[in-house]
Amino acid sequence: MGAYVLRRLLALIPTLLIASVIVFGVVRLVPGDVLDLMLSENAYSSNAPDDRAQLEKALGMDKPLYMQYLSWAGNALRGDLGESLWRNTPVTEEIGARLGVTLELGILALLIALIIALPVGIFSAIRQETLADNVGRSFSILALAIPNFWLGTLVVILPALWWGWSPPTEMTPFFEDPIENLKTFLVPSLILGTSLSAVIMRMTRTMMLEVLRQDYIRTAWAKGLRERSVVLVHAVKNAMIPVITLVGILVPILFGGTVIIEQIFRLPGLGQLLLEAVSTRDYPIITGVFLVTGVVVMLVNLIVDLCYGYLDPKVRFDR
Amino acid sequence: MNMKADVTRRTLLDVQDLHTVFEKDGNEVHAVNQVSFDVKEGEILAIVGESGSGKSITAMSLLRLIPSPPGRIVGGRVLFNDQDLLDLDDEQIRRLRGRDIAMIFQEPMTSLNPSLRIGRQLAEPLRVHGSVPKEKVRERCLELLRQVRLGDPEKRLDAYPHELSGGMRQRVMIAMGLACLPKLLIADEPTTALDVTVQAQILELLRDLVRANNSSMMLITHDLGVVARYADRINVMYAGRIVERGTAEEIFHHPKHPYTLGLMESMPRLDQAPGSRLTPIPGQPPDLSDPPPGCPFHPRCRFAEARCRSERPPLEQITDNHWKACWVDTDAKR
Repeated sequence: MGAYVLRRLLALIPTLLIASVIVFGVVRLVPGDVLDLMLSENAYSSNAPDDRAQLEKALGMDKPLYMQYLSWAGNALRGDLGESLWRNTPVTEEIGARLGVTLELGILALLIALIIALPVGIFSAIRQETLADNVGRSFSILALAIPNFWLGTLVVILPALWWGWSPPTEMTPFFEDPIENLKTFLVPSLILGTSLSAVIMRMTRTMMLEVLRQDYIRTAWAKGLRERSVVLVHAVKNAMIPVITLVGILVPILFGGTVIIEQIFRLPGLGQLLLEAVSTRDYPIITGVFLVTGVVVMLVNLIVDLCYGYLDPKVRFDR
Repeated sequence: MNMKADVTRRTLLDVQDLHTVFEKDGNEVHAVNQVSFDVKEGEILAIVGESGSGKSITAMSLLRLIPSPPGRIVGGRVLFNDQDLLDLDDEQIRRLRGRDIAMIFQEPMTSLNPSLRIGRQLAEPLRVHGSVPKEKVRERCLELLRQVRLGDPEKRLDAYPHELSGGMRQRVMIAMGLACLPKLLIADEPTTALDVTVQAQILELLRDLVRANNSSMMLITHDLGVVARYADRINVMYAGRIVERGTAEEIFHHPKHPYTLGLMESMPRLDQAPGSRLTPIPGQPPDLSDPPPGCPFHPRCRFAEARCRSERPPLEQITDNHWKACWVDTDAKR
């Protein structure tokens, strides 16, 4: 299995290479030029050709795009993702300062989603067509239908209007005061997690219903096992395989969700950094954030594949 | 074993007027309709019929394993050691499953859980019913695997089902069924999915182990040939009802019901004249949500008379060890 993991990690390199070419190119296709922005911001006269040429040279943007890419990629291989065009701080530093916030938000949201989705989905399946099942399914439809940015906005605005309370916006670092830190993350991760849980719950329910019809479940009943063992030992493990796949697919979507939720709750995460960088056309930051996200998503998929090996004994990694 | 011995044997299972229906598209399908039979201690009883005749549903009804909804047992009694299994609560019937009555299913490929090791699955009935002390479970599992003649039992305990062949898996299923030394073993088409060469091995194994444990067995099959060799008595089922019953010898050598006759004629035999054709039973089994009036077999029956189309024949005793549900004297008409 060690060799398998190593091979998968090596396979990250070409994937990231292709991804980086796309990202590098696409961000420069965004209309509006960082040079124009900078010149107008700094009250230069943008029609003075000298200033523009100077700035272009200073930022290394006078060279052809492929040269820019090659020098960026060369540095990236050494762990240097360049500097922010506006702040002159290293991109790795900017990302490092914010990655933790996004990861915490994402992991908490995923945990909350699973904590809600798995028990409700399993229970819904074993009590199919009962009141509990219908309540669970109605909840999931509701959670699917509500956009999380709308829910987030309501949660910020309505309590403020009604009770003069709003979720904390001051972020305390986790290692300073974990309780305060979790308080900040509770509401945003609940919102993200709930909307995520709907899809996972429905998949869990469907797969459980499918598995509970299998012959080996009948065998388990015929042995005289208790319902708890039939469901938790015999059914859940088999039902989880597609659910894990789904979770892997949901992770990039979850990241998209954090961009918006970070904005609403003023969490200084990657999403906020990205949004700011896009509006200021800070190319190195945009490329850097996408690269890091790409690595995270690919690592998650590797973990998902490793989970298959645990859930399905037919999957073997040593081939 | 012969019938004289049976008279003195104690009745282990006494099924009376069992009636199981399935809800299908708003219709009631009478999958098992007023079925009565008994199993004596130490006996191998066969239930024979085509697919859809209700034989598997009968077996699953006994242990209340009918998926509900859509299935429902609407009537009858299932007396096991004089206790009605249909009266038990869920917990009581659970304690009985696998311990007093065990069941082996048709599909060894899918009847084992693909994600759990053989040892774990084999140990489950022993653990849940506390049949052997915890520290003896592994030992007992090995003993069971040796009993079903599965080579290299130590290694098999750690194997997953996909690492075993169909025949090996069915041996594991048998080991699992016999783990708690049940008084009754229900084997639902235990060899249908297996190669012909393996079929005979498995059936002999089943018979030997059942005899050795002094258990009884209900053997469910569509194969009259299988039945003749291994069963003491036979019930022939058609369209949710028992249409003929008797000792294996009687049914095999003197079948009376046209359906049983049809089954015999559609079976290949070694003593047949070379080149002679098998005679299939024409037509299809009836739709049980809308069964034909009268005898359910009459649309396919070559002996059918006017009475067969309007009146359903009851199961009546014709000799000491032979019952049939048919108006026609088939011997005279043949």
